Amino acid sequence: VRTHIEESILPPLVALVIAAVVGDVLIIIFGQSPGDVYRQLLEGTWGNAYGFGQVIYKATTLTFTGLAVALGIRAGLFNIGAESQLASGGFLAALAGLAMPAGTPAIIAIVVCLLAAALGGGVVGAVPGVLKARFGASEVIVTIMLNFVVLALLNYIVAAHIHVPETLHTPQMHVGAVPRLAVVSSMFSGSAANMTFLLALAAAAGVWWYLFRTRPGYELRAVGLQPDAAEYGGVGVGRVWATTMALSGLLAGLGGVNYVLGYKHYYEEGFGTGSGFLGIAVALVGRNHPVGVVIAALLFATLSQGGLAVNALVPKQMVDVLTAVVIIAVATAVPEVRRALAAARRSSGIGNRESGIEGSRGRSDSPFPIPDSRP
Amino acid sequence: VIAFLIQTLRIAVPYLFAAAGGIVSERSGIIALTLEGFMLTGAFCAALGSYYSGSPWVGILAGMAGGLLAGLLHALATIRYRADQVVVGIAMNLLAVGVTRFFLRLAFDSSSNSPRVPGFGGTRAGSGVLSSLANPLVWLGLVTMVVIGWLLYRTPFGLRVRAAGEKPEAALSVGVPVRRIRWQAVAVSGVCAALAGSYLALDQHQFTDGMTAGRGFIALAAVIFGKWDPKRVTIACLLFAAAETMQIRLQSLQLVPSQFVEMIPYVLTIVALAGVVGRAVQPAALGKAVD
Repeated sequence: VRTHIEESILPPLVALVIAAVVGDVLIIIFGQSPGDVYRQLLEGTWGNAYGFGQVIYKATTLTFTGLAVALGIRAGLFNIGAESQLASGGFLAALAGLAMPAGTPAIIAIVVCLLAAALGGGVVGAVPGVLKARFGASEVIVTIMLNFVVLALLNYIVAAHIHVPETLHTPQMHVGAVPRLAVVSSMFSGSAANMTFLLALAAAAGVWWYLFRTRPGYELRAVGLQPDAAEYGGVGVGRVWATTMALSGLLAGLGGVNYVLGYKHYYEEGFGTGSGFLGIAVALVGRNHPVGVVIAALLFATLSQGGLAVNALVPKQMVDVLTAVVIIAVATAVPEVRRALAAARRSSGIGNRESGIEGSRGRSDSPFPIPDSRP
Repeated sequence: VIAFLIQTLRIAVPYLFAAAGGIVSERSGIIALTLEGFMLTGAFCAALGSYYSGSPWVGILAGMAGGLLAGLLHALATIRYRADQVVVGIAMNLLAVGVTRFFLRLAFDSSSNSPRVPGFGGTRAGSGVLSSLANPLVWLGLVTMVVIGWLLYRTPFGLRVRAAGEKPEAALSVGVPVRRIRWQAVAVSGVCAALAGSYLALDQHQFTDGMTAGRGFIALAAVIFGKWDPKRVTIACLLFAAAETMQIRLQSLQLVPSQFVEMIPYVLTIVALAGVVGRAVQPAALGKAVD
């Protein structure tokens, strides 16, 4: 079990060290002192109520998109469409909020809006899932292409039919707003953090339960490990692909709620730009485990908010560079660490049949593995 | 009509360059999600080179060097270290956006665009026939696809590239250095896509933030829609460019919303993947790492 934990924790740590070094280099190129910049970054995020609240706010969306990507990867599927699933979830939520009359009780209104968001994301996610199950179309390409199609479609609908003149957003929703966290505690005062964060945590718990405690979740992981073996074992692989993509899209769609219900109360063109792609980083660094995803979401939210905090010293774009470096470094370190650990195991004379399947995609790296049989 | 064809050609040039690179990369087994990032890097380096040297030709060389560097980084992660190609591909695009923005601030102290740089052809507004034909990159774009076709089907290198993408184990067993071939293919794709970016920057006489605007993905769509075959991909590029030209020309009439025209390449690609009209089948070993 120890090696599993090492396999999960080491790559992100290695990646963070590499990113810190690259960050130092960039800061020095720009003629600043790394110490000052990093101090500023921490003070501007976890150091005050507004910064902390903004981190929580950004982490909320990233938790949803990270969970969406992670769930897909567990089934061996790559959902690169979180970007458009998020937008379409947010769009339908805003529409639902507009459609209901102003007097609707909050509890009903919020539930309806959440269902609308889930539907919006789920449908967009289901399309690539069904196409893969039915025709074997690569979900990577289909989700990328769908991003462009769905975003163009939403832009058209908003621009042609329901935008407020001179803006790129819809009118304010009549009902369905979610209270800010600042209402509850001064820890978050002034920030956009809202109750959706609790929903994100609940979603993480739900994904954990689904993956590790239910039969469909077990089938999902079986398909991710070895689709052929799963099929032979009586699992309908195509059905699992389609359901997983729909669920993945649903999670991403709920992410749209954070902005629409929790912050602005309208849909705006491009409101979630980048969150879908960052979700890939979050899932990767979180090692596709719900707990890891929440932690990774906080990390990337800190980087993102921190970029704004240090913008006076260095260009905030430095953060984009660091994010990309983290992704590349984790992706590179995962197979390397696995090989190194396997080699270490071999040299210490312990046979482990698992070292034979290195490189197979979507391998489970759950911190709760089946106990292995070595002495 | 001639003006229409010329405008189509101008729009098609970056697609042709990038798609040519995409074909080589994908046929060798490396997924070409990175075209967008390579293009952006190429555009920025070309603008930088042209600005500091005063010559667009140096700009082209700088652009190619930038694309080569990005390609080698991608190869290092995905081939040498066997990292997942999709993950690294997405990250390479993010990296290109971040790096170009960072150095845009550093070099030109601007967060949106570079100053005017020497380029080819006349002013940006003047879409005169002669001025666009005077841009050597237009011609190079047409030639590149022909060269790539020749390279793939008429040379030993091309044979090895195709073998690396279809049956790498078999290729290895007869002594083809699959990983080296893939390194070379990714390098070629980096340079080609960078030329696409250089064309954009030198045609508009400046670099603007995010100026590739999804063109790399349209090129990827063309590669898939054209079934990884240079001739068909060329037709796909021209088709997508013609649709865009139509849209620009008919804009004033408001016949079709521009968003629907934007969708065409992507919808066609999804349809092609789903196999409704002639199934698109990718190289067998696409995305698979080789030990």
